[in-house]
Amino acid sequence: MRKCSLNSLQSVFGKIASSALLYLPVDSADGRAVFSKWDDGTPLSNALNTVRSPKDFFFPQTEDLMRFKTEGKSIEVIDVREETEDFVVFGVRACDVKSFDILDRVFLAEPRDSYYASRRDHGVIVSLACTRPSETCFCSTFGIDAASPAGDVSCWKTESEMFWQANTEKGEALIKKIEELTEECSDEAVKEQQEKTARIMKKLPLAGLNTDAFGGGKTEELFDRPEWTELSEACLGCGTCTFVCPTCQCYDIKDFNTGNGVIRYRCWDSCMYSEFTKMAHGNNRLSQKERFRQRFMHKLVYYPENNDGLFSCVGCGRCLSKCPISMNIAKVMKKLGGE
Amino acid sequence: MQKITKEQLTEKAVSLLRDGTVTHVLGWSAGEFDYDITPAVFSDEASLRKSFVWNDFCGANFSKYLVSKTRGIEGKLLVFLKPCDTYSFNQLLTEHRFDREKVYAIGIPCEGMADIDKVKAICGDGISSVNCDGEKLLVQSIYEDAPISVSPSDVLAERCVNCKSKKHVAYDELMGEDGDVLDSARFDEVSRIEAMSPDERFLFWQNELSRCIRCNACRDACPACTCEVCVFNNPRSGVENKSPANNFEEQMFHIIRAFHVAGRCTDCGECSRVCPQNIPLHLLNRKFIKEMNECYGEYQAGETVGSKSPLTDYTLEDLEPGEVFDRGDINA
Repeated sequence: MRKCSLNSLQSVFGKIASSALLYLPVDSADGRAVFSKWDDGTPLSNALNTVRSPKDFFFPQTEDLMRFKTEGKSIEVIDVREETEDFVVFGVRACDVKSFDILDRVFLAEPRDSYYASRRDHGVIVSLACTRPSETCFCSTFGIDAASPAGDVSCWKTESEMFWQANTEKGEALIKKIEELTEECSDEAVKEQQEKTARIMKKLPLAGLNTDAFGGGKTEELFDRPEWTELSEACLGCGTCTFVCPTCQCYDIKDFNTGNGVIRYRCWDSCMYSEFTKMAHGNNRLSQKERFRQRFMHKLVYYPENNDGLFSCVGCGRCLSKCPISMNIAKVMKKLGGE
Repeated sequence: MQKITKEQLTEKAVSLLRDGTVTHVLGWSAGEFDYDITPAVFSDEASLRKSFVWNDFCGANFSKYLVSKTRGIEGKLLVFLKPCDTYSFNQLLTEHRFDREKVYAIGIPCEGMADIDKVKAICGDGISSVNCDGEKLLVQSIYEDAPISVSPSDVLAERCVNCKSKKHVAYDELMGEDGDVLDSARFDEVSRIEAMSPDERFLFWQNELSRCIRCNACRDACPACTCEVCVFNNPRSGVENKSPANNFEEQMFHIIRAFHVAGRCTDCGECSRVCPQNIPLHLLNRKFIKEMNECYGEYQAGETVGSKSPLTDYTLEDLEPGEVFDRGDINA
């Protein structure tokens, strides 16, 4: 483990940014934290987390996949993929780091998604341990330790220092780069912080939320539960929960007619939308109740069924704070799990 | 603190259910932390007594729910309406969006609703409960031993700071006292933006609208947006889209929507309340309202049922198109 003083943090950021694009949470004018590109002196936000998740770096909301250009009777297919620049995302919380395990299983399984894979190959994730979780946090429900975040490098910020610990080869390389600006140290201060955070985690209002009622094989048990009607009753059918979610991964592929060709692009889609997965035969989920149920069954039953029991929620709490009607996965789990 | 209590509303709802006046109650259902309240339809006394809540976080405008929740029910639906909600109620009736016979509307006074983000700006994260029963909000945080006392006026939602009316314009029954239409400062921010140079103004909106993630929460919460299938969700419309594909689209979506609801928007403020990206969308609508007021005389959508907005009503006194053009030039 290595450390640097917070006074020298900007020099460390400068060193990292000398060979890769560096992104970190920055306070915006309206008081929210947003992942932004670091420039000389850009201060790190003190906010617990960003409104939009770091998923955006690897799976952006829209991206062009290819272009077609027509001339007379010929059609040219243009590959728009470019070599991804190396980049570092600093300040990713433990919950959001875990979301990459979930996304990787979707995008890196055969057939590999080359767009996503390229960004994963070129991206380094530097996590930052939480010390002041919010009432909306419930990462521990999914076995995530907010005080021991994974990632290529894990960081802990104390009053005066930043501690760095490499976890992967990519992480080792990054630590090597900032070797002169950091010093070898014991993990005492980190351990102390972790114990303190662990005590706070136990006090969180959602600390007791558990996954006992969910997981693979529970489809028949949960699908027709009468509670879905009540739970989905006020759902507006907007896409807020899906778009702020670090693990939602559904997308649509669409063609944009440019007049003399086509831009084929993909964009995030939301199972909350009425036209989601609409096919020639029509839509297979006609009511908002069915759409609502799909989202939670996917996270709590279907995904774990297909992925060795891994749930596709990380308890980041974004949907808890952003849903216009305050309906969310924690309430769904409590209601269906027998409160 | 609200002047009317949860207990009063619960007893009223229970008695109307018991005597058969209504069969369902559209109300607020308690959440995990006192501020995360979900609209709900109650149909029995037990669930009302268990979950019904009324406090400073009951901001959601219920009027739009009447469109879907009055469909297919036997009997009547009781709805509690805050003064601002009654304007949307009338506007929806003007547009024949729900069956008035299916609704029993009770007007309830409102002292303004709290914005949880403003509460958190003062008290920080980690809020486990908020007690709204006294003069001050008592905010309990997991990081503090004693509750933090907050003045409701310091955490009032923007739309409530600029409340346009405490008067109910629609109800079958009123609980508590009715208020008056207020002289609000709601157009001040619009005037500030009007005073900007065109470049400054463009930058202002570009900065705001570029944050849009096209979650459509503004549209889905908007009581003036009640198309069965929105043109932007209809694959056959040719303009269907699910994402901010480029800047033009981000900007156009909100401007198109503002035009669509012009003359029908009651300025209820739901669009800005629900925006996860804190975009002040209500300012677009307020600009339109201000323009119409200045060009065609004061008009408040939803003030009465059946009124025609200046945009759909021709009078000989209307501004000539040339005058509108000149206005545009002056304000450019």
